[in-house]
Amino acid sequence: MPTLTIDGKEITVDNGLTVLQACEEAGAEIPRFCYHERLSIAGNCRMCLVEMERAPKPIASCAMPVGDGMVITTNSETVKKAREGVMEFLLINHPLDCPICDQGGECDLQDQAVAFGRGSDRFEEGKRAVAEKNMGPLVKTEMTRCIHCLRCVRFAEEVAGVDELGALWRGENTQITTYLGQILDSEMSGNVIDLCPVGALTSRPYAFTARSWELKKTESIDVMDALGSNIRIDTRGKAVMRILPRLNDDVNEEWISDKTRYACDGLSKARLDQPYVKLDGKLTPANWAEAFNAVADALKGANGSDVAAITGDMADMESMFALKGLLASMSSDRIDCRQDGAALDASCRAGYVMNSGIAGIDEADYILLVGSNPRSEAPVLNSRILAAVKGRGVTVANIGSAEDLTYRTDELGDDASILDKILSGKHATAKALKDAAKPMIIVGQGALARTDGGAILKAARDIADKYCMADGWNGFNVLHTAASRVGGLDLGLTTDGGADGIMDDAAAGKLKAVFLLGADEIDTSALKDTFTVYIGSHGDEGVRHADVILPAAAYSEKSATYVNTEGRVQHSEKAVFAPGEAREDWTILRALSDVMGHRLPYDSLEALREQMAIVAPSSAQLDQKPDEAWGDFGTKGKITSGGIAPAIDNFYATNPIARVSNTMADCIAARETEVEGATGTNG
Amino acid sequence: MLQDKDRIFTNLYGAQSWGLDAAMKRGDWDGTKDILAKGQDWIISEMKESGLRGRGGAGFPTGLKWSFMPKDVSSGPSYLVVNADEGEPGTCKDRDLMRHDPHKLIEGCLLAGFAMNASAAYIYIRGEFYREAEVLNAAIEEARAKGFLGKNACGSGYDFDVFVHRGAGAYICGEETALIESLEGKKGQPRLKPPFPANVGAWGRPTTVNNVESIAVAPTILRRGAAWFAGLGRPNNVGTKVFCISGHVNNPCNVEEEMGIPLKELIETHAGGVRGGWDNLLAVIPGGSSVPVLPKDICDTVLMDFDSLKDVQSGLGTAAVIVMDKSTDIIKAIARLAEFYKHESCGQCTPCREGTGWMWRIMERLVTGEADKSEIDMLLEVSKQIEGHTICALGDAAAWPIQGLMRHFRPTVEARIDAYRSSNAVAAE
Repeated sequence: MPTLTIDGKEITVDNGLTVLQACEEAGAEIPRFCYHERLSIAGNCRMCLVEMERAPKPIASCAMPVGDGMVITTNSETVKKAREGVMEFLLINHPLDCPICDQGGECDLQDQAVAFGRGSDRFEEGKRAVAEKNMGPLVKTEMTRCIHCLRCVRFAEEVAGVDELGALWRGENTQITTYLGQILDSEMSGNVIDLCPVGALTSRPYAFTARSWELKKTESIDVMDALGSNIRIDTRGKAVMRILPRLNDDVNEEWISDKTRYACDGLSKARLDQPYVKLDGKLTPANWAEAFNAVADALKGANGSDVAAITGDMADMESMFALKGLLASMSSDRIDCRQDGAALDASCRAGYVMNSGIAGIDEADYILLVGSNPRSEAPVLNSRILAAVKGRGVTVANIGSAEDLTYRTDELGDDASILDKILSGKHATAKALKDAAKPMIIVGQGALARTDGGAILKAARDIADKYCMADGWNGFNVLHTAASRVGGLDLGLTTDGGADGIMDDAAAGKLKAVFLLGADEIDTSALKDTFTVYIGSHGDEGVRHADVILPAAAYSEKSATYVNTEGRVQHSEKAVFAPGEAREDWTILRALSDVMGHRLPYDSLEALREQMAIVAPSSAQLDQKPDEAWGDFGTKGKITSGGIAPAIDNFYATNPIARVSNTMADCIAARETEVEGATGTNG
Repeated sequence: MLQDKDRIFTNLYGAQSWGLDAAMKRGDWDGTKDILAKGQDWIISEMKESGLRGRGGAGFPTGLKWSFMPKDVSSGPSYLVVNADEGEPGTCKDRDLMRHDPHKLIEGCLLAGFAMNASAAYIYIRGEFYREAEVLNAAIEEARAKGFLGKNACGSGYDFDVFVHRGAGAYICGEETALIESLEGKKGQPRLKPPFPANVGAWGRPTTVNNVESIAVAPTILRRGAAWFAGLGRPNNVGTKVFCISGHVNNPCNVEEEMGIPLKELIETHAGGVRGGWDNLLAVIPGGSSVPVLPKDICDTVLMDFDSLKDVQSGLGTAAVIVMDKSTDIIKAIARLAEFYKHESCGQCTPCREGTGWMWRIMERLVTGEADKSEIDMLLEVSKQIEGHTICALGDAAAWPIQGLMRHFRPTVEARIDAYRSSNAVAAE
């Protein structure tokens, strides 16, 4: 561990740090633009210059590895002049249009100009102007403001995995642009906005809508995928203005996907903001009492399994628990959280979570994907795999449809029966798994949602058992697509026959009533003649045949518990109130239970959580990746040969919020036009 | 003055063929196997003792540079890269060396490559040198056909080959790490150092980048002995050097001379003197566009080597002597150089990207005099803000000519401003 002297203070730091990091540890602030902890070092902005003893000229501290005995000065006149000089150069061609720039108030250049600049301007020549670039519907460009730090270029290459950004020309004519002027085809593109230290890349949907200092900031959890990305919801009044990532090294580092960031305009569209009751075949606005009475009347005398419920992909744990309680009061336990019919087994927690952990990817040395497309199912997780591939040369093998995952994969074919061969050791992959120290097998919903999903789960479990276990390492992983799924399984929300069984029984007239808790990713036509109660936030598939609609809160409007794909329990926070008459889901169910005559035994969120922790003890263990006991799960059976279909066919339209979001629609449209107009030589 | 017997580049003017037979008659490829047989350590120590300093501009001791290469090559290949991207305005020596005497370079590649355990040499040649690349390639073919290159080169048991890679016309690709980037197929932009190329160079492997002339003189040094080379010139500034004399002289030329020759003697003996006589001299840029200009009174006495020129706050650089007589608009000349550096800045580092353009724009106004005298100091300050604050030396190279101009010709610049003022005052009346 090298010892350095920084501004006369001795400090011992870890090996491999840069001088900039050592200075930070010593409490000396170093201004920077191109340097970013999670990107490779460019060393080109020259803002971080410091003096090093015996060096003839100032050194770029971001790029200089620490060495024993270094003497660094960060507060000398030379350093001050160097910073002032660089800052002056950065500003001479910068438009200084802060009053009309969306970055204003949260701009690195603005802040550092105040802290380290000269305070006056000597540049009397004409300023440079640069044409805007087309980066698609998400990223708005104002390239005149660009200071050429190349963070966006490095991000695109290193984190997003698309080599589509680059710098054209040279010298003062350097311009950042996309490859052939096409849009940035990445699910992670929005992160360049956060990375851009100036206002060159800003959010197009958010453009000119708010100033950062007028926004109320609420720290919460994302539900667009099963990763549980940590987010900050910025609101003004009742409106969610934008969503930004929060730091969590174990989950999303500091990235979020474009859907997480941009689907938020869907929060104010197609909202269910008052109860509806079907009268004479038509949904009619009603008040809460009328709606509750309608449900109570219809369910009078209902008992046992003639009442069923399906919970949706964004349902929080509290509302699922309350719905389970409501059904239990009618002696029914027919409630299923697996809309897609995935053959997940709630009996063993290790059988439905990512046991290696999301951060485990950083250690894994071999990854086998089974029916999972992480790029569309969890883009942020995909970036972690990309980093493992790029940084450590990890091999990724794929059983499933061959897709561009932004890194090279060994395509083993999409035939699920390969699993049998791997298990019996007849496939080369068996050896690769065996040779790896920390192999991961990641099973996706595409594989589990097949009719032979149970057998695939069993085979994957046995493969993991045989090859993927090491001391302190469990290589069996399930990648979910729904934020609610692990929570639902923790509550034991599985039934024989699953969601399909409920639908079949409903179609056959065997059910008296069906509750849909935000379940919109199923075909509800089977519910045409069954009394259906829809509890949810958006008018989507679930309300098509609903007889009573109980308007509920979206994820930004409630404090709730979500469990991510690795079993990490996280609490979201309420950023705004639900619109109109809509209420938080669990309170609706609690109120309904009262009307139906068997009141649920809790009056507050805290009381509910206490009772929930009895049923699902893991729900009380916040913010940690638990180590689950290994066990047996899945069902022994024959895996039929045949292709594995992807779990998601359109990343931008996986849930009711995304489906009504204009921004998401723009993303889909932009890709369609780009494909059509791609060459012009192909007819 | 250099005697003919001490001349290394005996076909500098192309009087004879560049081909292998003619080259061998001139002494190339003579006993190469024996030199190789003396071993790597002998070659490196001989080069160190010869006192050869890199001929590309920076003057770093060549033997020392070779010794930085790792001895253990079991982990993979290492490379010799020859910098033939001769782009410094005023410099045209490597071009003639490659055009007329390519075998000196190729033999040098083998010896240098062997000494540093390289498995191959890449000659990165400036794209515009089309004919020179043709000659080089043909010469390499000749050497391969004779068994001088390739497997068991010269019968030494050492496998070595030389490849020519043509650049695409960027000055910055003459910077060694930018050259490596470009060689790898990337945009030519200098890399951060450390790590230095000797540790992490082309394709991540240990690499040494040398100028054409440094490599081309190596075979002769090794044949004639370090003491011979070290005996020419002055201590620490030894050997012979190809000077490129251009501008307002009667006979612009390349000439091989002893290091430390007086500038005046160099110009008068080899270039036919300054146009209109020595007294018509205004200034000389002694080492290519990036070194500061020298006024006549310094040119009267200065010696042409690294240390003498450093003492007068200029530099030997590539030894490209640009002579300017009294008809020269020195401000415009330097403004043109400022434009060159603005044009060639790669755009990575803030000070160089933004500063070169700013300096050029001020310089253009100083040419007409449309400026304030206080801007001269501001310009110097801006140049100081660039100098030493960038990844590579292009920022320094852009700053020095302007600093040189102001050091020696400030009165001229001020007079221009005054003239502009007064002529405009007249116009205003």
